Amino acid sequence: MLGIAVFTILFLLLIGFSLFFKALPIMKEKGLWVLLTSANWKPFKGDFGFLPYIISTLYVSLIAILVALPFSILTSVFLNSYASKSICRFFEPVVDLLSGIPPVIYGLWGTLTIVPLISNKIAPKFVDFSTGYTVLAGGIVLAIMIIPLLISIMLEVFRSIPREMTDASLSMGATKWQTVKKVILRKSFPGIIAATVLALSRAFGETMAVLMVCGNIAQIPHSFFDACYPLPALIANNYGEMLSMPSYESALMFAAFLLFIIVVLFNGLSRFTLNQIEKKYQFS
Amino acid sequence: MKYLEERIFKIIMIGAAIIILGVLIYILGTIFYKGLPSLTWEMITRIPGGGFYLGKEGGVLNAIAGSVFIITGAIVISLLISIPLVMYINFYLPAKSIFSGIIRFSLDILFGVPSIVYGAFGFALMVYMGIKASLMGGIIAVAMLVMPIMMRSLDEVTRLLPRDLPDALLSLGSTKYEMTKVLLRQLMPGLMTAILLAVGRGIGDAATVLFTAGYTDNIPSSLGQPAATLPLSIFFQLGSPIEEVQNRAYASAIILTVIILILSFSARYFSSKFSKHKS
Repeated sequence: MLGIAVFTILFLLLIGFSLFFKALPIMKEKGLWVLLTSANWKPFKGDFGFLPYIISTLYVSLIAILVALPFSILTSVFLNSYASKSICRFFEPVVDLLSGIPPVIYGLWGTLTIVPLISNKIAPKFVDFSTGYTVLAGGIVLAIMIIPLLISIMLEVFRSIPREMTDASLSMGATKWQTVKKVILRKSFPGIIAATVLALSRAFGETMAVLMVCGNIAQIPHSFFDACYPLPALIANNYGEMLSMPSYESALMFAAFLLFIIVVLFNGLSRFTLNQIEKKYQFS
Repeated sequence: MKYLEERIFKIIMIGAAIIILGVLIYILGTIFYKGLPSLTWEMITRIPGGGFYLGKEGGVLNAIAGSVFIITGAIVISLLISIPLVMYINFYLPAKSIFSGIIRFSLDILFGVPSIVYGAFGFALMVYMGIKASLMGGIIAVAMLVMPIMMRSLDEVTRLLPRDLPDALLSLGSTKYEMTKVLLRQLMPGLMTAILLAVGRGIGDAATVLFTAGYTDNIPSSLGQPAATLPLSIFFQLGSPIEEVQNRAYASAIILTVIILILSFSARYFSSKFSKHKS
């Protein structure tokens, strides 16, 4: 049992190191800086610039967060402070189901609804032509996928606020909304930030759903209505076939390593903050 | 004035909640609306026939079977590792040990690692060990994906157990190992919830099995053969330019969605049962 316990901790390092060593050849060949800042992606000529993929990932994830955050905060405040018990009980399976729906179903739904919506209704108002397979489509689908994560963590954070504090505010004649604004939201600010970072790292790594709606063209997107090509989609589309070219394989492993490091870092930071919040709550 | 603000925000909040509910209904509605016309008995009971990908006869039994095999294997492997680990950090280590804190922290992080990274790592591992894309590879990759989920949810229910229960058992002279066996029986509903959650996540994930399990039109008969999976089957059929094949992708999506719905509601059922036990 001790062995399993130690192994669980080492497993994380094992993944990290093996991805690192697989990515090492390309890092030695090109240098880290070139890989991260060059926009030149021509694998068959030996040019591996990850900038388009990195920018795409950032764009899609940021849109997702910007769309998801207001909905999640409003809904979790509603469930925490306003909704009756039966509404809360009704909403639990709703959040559960949203988080349970597989990525491929989200992707399918996105291609059926969001993509035509963008190409027929939204995009014509801003640009001449768009296929609908865009940064915006990826962002919207991703937003729906991270909403359940945000809501469930925020509800936990809100619950960690001592009851006396909100009671005190209410008994001083503050309305419920004033209490929410001045006590609950202010008090849970670190928790909300941590939840956001966690959701962001989830968004970075989401593969299938985004791949299906965002167009997959290796370019730096100039507007919301351009196609993009995030890192996970790059790995998913090319890995496995590329064993014949060692430098290409190493480059894809570099993409996986990059993703892994960012996600571990973000996850670590936000989990640490959330654990801290939980601990404080237990002692008070 | 402050009441006006109150009322405005209340309306906005209710609106946000209704939109989220609406999106869920919209997603499920779209899938069922699009898929139901093509959902036939043949879809579930037949493997792809000749010309299946040109719109001719056949079904996706190969993918259903592959998904079931992979998830079963993955769940067995992760149960064998999760149960001892959770018992160890809860009953063998002292209550506030730093070591268990570190383990829980790394579980949290493993939980957040994207499935595509598990897929790529799994593939690298397979190349290293000389395994080709197969049922075996898929099982290993999905096991890595679902293990943190299972451990975390099992750990959560275990922490909810009343502390006097292990104390009572120990004071009756049972060894720690015997105590663990008794407690495990208490934890049965929680264990079921953990399994169902893990199955739900594992069966729907495409990125892990993309390079590790391969794809085939047949039902795999040994660990070394490639295996099709439902999410990938949906993905590939959707990529076809032929309309009938695309319609079958929608029908396959219904199959996957219904599986997820059943899993999600039964997980809920078991976890409510557990909270009854608790009080």
